[in-house]
Amino acid sequence: MEEIYLDNAATTKPYPEVVEKMKIALTTTYGNPSSLHRMGIEAEKMIKEARKNIASKLDVSDKEVYFTSGGTESNNLAIKGAVNSLKRHGKRLITSSIEHPSVLNLFKRLESEGYDVKYLQVDNEGIIDLEELKAYLNDETILVSIMGVNNETGSIQPLAEIGELLSDYDNLYFHVDGVQSFGKVDIPLSKIGIDLYSISAHKIHGSKGTGALYIKRGTRIDNLISGSKQESGIRPGTENVPGIAGFGQAVELLPSQDDKEKMYRLKELLVTRILDEIEESYLNGPKIHSGAAHIANISFAGVKGEVLIHTLERDNIYLSTGAACSSKQDTPSYVLEAMKVKPKLIEGAIRFSFAPSTTEEEVNYTVDKLKDAVKMLRKIMQR
Amino acid sequence: MKRVYMDNGATTPTAPEVLEVMKPYFTDVFGNASSFHSFGREARNAITEARDSVAKLIGADDSREIVFTSGGTEADNYAIKGVAEALEKKGKHIITSSIEHHAVLHTCQYLEKKKGFEVTYLPVDEDGMVNPADVKDAIKEDTILITIMMANNEVGTIQPIVKIGEIAKEAGVTFHTDAVQAVGSIPVDVNQLNVDLLSLSGHKFNAPKGIGALYIRKGTKVAKYLHGGAQERNRRATTENVPGIVGLGKACEIALNAMDEKSAKLIALRDRLISGIEEQVDYVKLNGHRTERLPGNVNFSIRYIEGESILMKLDLEGIAASSGSACTSGSLDPSHVLLAMGLTHEVAHGSLRLTLGNYNTEEDVDRILDVLPKVVTDLRAMSPIYNG
Repeated sequence: MEEIYLDNAATTKPYPEVVEKMKIALTTTYGNPSSLHRMGIEAEKMIKEARKNIASKLDVSDKEVYFTSGGTESNNLAIKGAVNSLKRHGKRLITSSIEHPSVLNLFKRLESEGYDVKYLQVDNEGIIDLEELKAYLNDETILVSIMGVNNETGSIQPLAEIGELLSDYDNLYFHVDGVQSFGKVDIPLSKIGIDLYSISAHKIHGSKGTGALYIKRGTRIDNLISGSKQESGIRPGTENVPGIAGFGQAVELLPSQDDKEKMYRLKELLVTRILDEIEESYLNGPKIHSGAAHIANISFAGVKGEVLIHTLERDNIYLSTGAACSSKQDTPSYVLEAMKVKPKLIEGAIRFSFAPSTTEEEVNYTVDKLKDAVKMLRKIMQR
Repeated sequence: MKRVYMDNGATTPTAPEVLEVMKPYFTDVFGNASSFHSFGREARNAITEARDSVAKLIGADDSREIVFTSGGTEADNYAIKGVAEALEKKGKHIITSSIEHHAVLHTCQYLEKKKGFEVTYLPVDEDGMVNPADVKDAIKEDTILITIMMANNEVGTIQPIVKIGEIAKEAGVTFHTDAVQAVGSIPVDVNQLNVDLLSLSGHKFNAPKGIGALYIRKGTKVAKYLHGGAQERNRRATTENVPGIVGLGKACEIALNAMDEKSAKLIALRDRLISGIEEQVDYVKLNGHRTERLPGNVNFSIRYIEGESILMKLDLEGIAASSGSACTSGSLDPSHVLLAMGLTHEVAHGSLRLTLGNYNTEEDVDRILDVLPKVVTDLRAMSPIYNG
């Protein structure tokens, strides 16, 4: 069996079409998009095309899409930018307790600067409580930042209901970290009233180093970076033309409805086989069909997740215990903690994340190998 | 018609050798460098190697002093805002020059307007050179940062960074240099220069766009700029742009090995271009220092003509040039660099920058010397103020 890569929530393999497009930008249309000559105009055209593709997928205007160096920068730009622009209207900020570190660490920082940050609790499926949100909302609230899909468990937040609640307030921006939801879950940005939406290329088979932020027309945020006039002055710096062109290409190849249904079928196959065939295995977070199609998080009692993934790596199967960004730290997953998963089971948690190209054969092979590995590791642990 | 690309100060093509080493990191080794598994580990190892190559090119003692960024602008912002935030309790005065890139100038202006900092913008002489004595005189009790570019992007003047570095060190003030135009083009050694922070950008020396680095000397206090994961030793929290980083590493390696050869070649081409234009076109003035100058930079003021109309004409002939920096090319304001050098608005408007790179040849220079004089004659013939 060739390598089985089921860590697509950490990063994805760029599509060949994406790499081809990037090569053109690296070697042929390599001009600086700000240059007035033909080489510059050709590079600018590539950016324009990518921006149009992304805007069209998001169903927004081209002028509302701004390129960044990735999801983390998009989140930083959205949150710091919104807070700096609205700070005279209040100090209350609301987020959830299971956000990505690029959101959570930023809020902790803002808290230390004197902002009044409320972290919403989640239930055992990783969903926030709308009543709690309602209780925290007041006229001093200037920003609500909630992720679309959780990166560890695939929990999908009720963004439409959140948007509805927020619509009663002025001088408040609604930011959604859409890094894991973009292309996977349909989120009608304008209808919901989302002001800021972060996306990243390398999670959708584009390249690392490129992301974008949707900024709804009329939304005023402060810059993170000062400099020249690129990206309408919102994000200065010579544009990463190859990355952006690749991003535009990747967006054209986003999973179709059929792909998503296929991923749900595979997720169902994986989860039901594991829960049926491996004792004391537990699905963390949302039920199969309430979560995103590409993520499943499962705990194996009596096994250390980290050891399990290393064992499976010998069979050429690549998985992770949770978010790659925090996987080097020795702390247990705060996401699973917030979902009240028992500490022993948090230790034994593994994240499976699919791509549209994942096959049934790969899933079955993974479950087979997993059964052996869990059995072997439990035996060792008992000794 | 063969195209001539002479705008390497704006950006350069990615070298084939650089693209070659990047390729596997798009496809085979595409893992997230933070992931545990072997995909992640391989990506991590590649980053380590690239970091070593960057450190080597700029003479850093320890590769841990290199932080990768999304480019030069981010590196400049990170350095200046980072020092300002880390040291604002100590003082709120910053010294810079009036000819910096907008990534530095606008960052300083931001600190002035929004954060209550005081910024001294040092003048330059007619060659675009900062006087180290002015730096020394500007230092006050509450000066926390000196940021002076190593080489100017428009006129190519190389600044006396060694002397400024000595002054900064003596005064105990953190010293940053925007070396975006210098690194890969001329020898840069952070220890010889006495800099604490140095910005560089990949796409200015045949690495891709979207990748740069900030050198942070051990012990230098700089506040974090992106908050998130634990990447880059907690300093820049985002999934690493592995292909970009690998490409930058390779470009640094190539630059280090070919430095002497490349600059000798470019200086020869540059000087032939300069003397050729001076011989064949009337009423021109070379902007920038004649010898303390980037190997690839040629910048002329051509009287009685608008810079942009020369660009259009040259573009029609397949020649890519610029009037100054690409980043300001959309604006109608004359170059702040040329104005700071004492040029009048009128003369500053007529500037032409030709920047040579690795792939330019003698034939390219011949072509410019063939086309430019005609273009100038044609344009002047239409000019109401020219009566040559």
